[in-house]
Amino acid sequence: MNHQVVSVKVYAAVFCALLALTITTVALSKLDLGEYNFIAAMTIAVIKATLVVMFFMDVRHASSMTKLFVGAGLFWLAIMLVFLLSDYLSRGWLPGLRWL
Amino acid sequence: MADSEATLTAHEPELKHHFDDSAQQLESSTLGMWVFLVTEVMFFGGMFGAYTVYRNLYREAFASTSHFMNVTIGAANTGVLICSSFTMALAVRSAQLGQKKALIAFLILTLILGCVFLSLKYVEYHEKWADHHVPGPGFQYADPRYFRQAQILFFLYFAMTGMHAIHMIVGAGLLTTLIVMAARDRFSAAWYTPVEMIGLYWHFVDIVWIFLFPLLYLIGHT
Repeated sequence: MNHQVVSVKVYAAVFCALLALTITTVALSKLDLGEYNFIAAMTIAVIKATLVVMFFMDVRHASSMTKLFVGAGLFWLAIMLVFLLSDYLSRGWLPGLRWL
Repeated sequence: MADSEATLTAHEPELKHHFDDSAQQLESSTLGMWVFLVTEVMFFGGMFGAYTVYRNLYREAFASTSHFMNVTIGAANTGVLICSSFTMALAVRSAQLGQKKALIAFLILTLILGCVFLSLKYVEYHEKWADHHVPGPGFQYADPRYFRQAQILFFLYFAMTGMHAIHMIVGAGLLTTLIVMAARDRFSAAWYTPVEMIGLYWHFVDIVWIFLFPLLYLIGHT
């Protein structure tokens, strides 16, 4: 196998970071930050997901082909969500037009 | 005949004939697993999209249902899943080093943590059942204004956490298979592909929860 074995230290550091971020996101949800509650929660979730993908799933050592597929998957997900929400969230912006 | 048999057994036993070497074989498995995970991303992505649309359509109803989400159990389950991802990563590492005992121990630990997650999920679902918060004929809601809209949001809650729980149950089955295979000496430092692939699956299921937790439990509280 051509894998380089990652040290336990790295995994432990990522593990601690994930736990710390979970505590942070719960603590932030207790504060009233208005719209920033959502932004903060999602930012932390994206950071946590990135840590898992890069370190636990070891995409940082993966081949370029695998990275391309991971990136393509995220890009397609972005297409789905952006096009879906650009429709629903913009409804009612124009006066006099009500579809829902 | 004897000649061809000799050439067939000349390579590593786990290396399939259509691959150049074990590195290429592992590369193909990893790529294939990621293609599957991308389909899973799209599958869960659709549900996250539906959730976002309804959350924006029925903001007040959403704010009122969010008070009935058990943040303590949700947060505890997040911690449990992160621990299980950590033990899974260590299991893959043990497999890479050919440490059979450590591999089995970490796989069992991961399985136990998965079962803890599902048990806590059961407690949470039972709470919803007792409160009549399961959408359908038996549904009851404190605020009559949101009787119908709250059902949509509870439906999304059950659909998303339920699909996630089904993935956890499948993962628990896969882990059990890995433990049996490891106990039967099927893995070595030269070949442990199933451990690594199921590890990818387990981490993916963890990532789904990383997004479910803030969206379902934390947002809209205040």
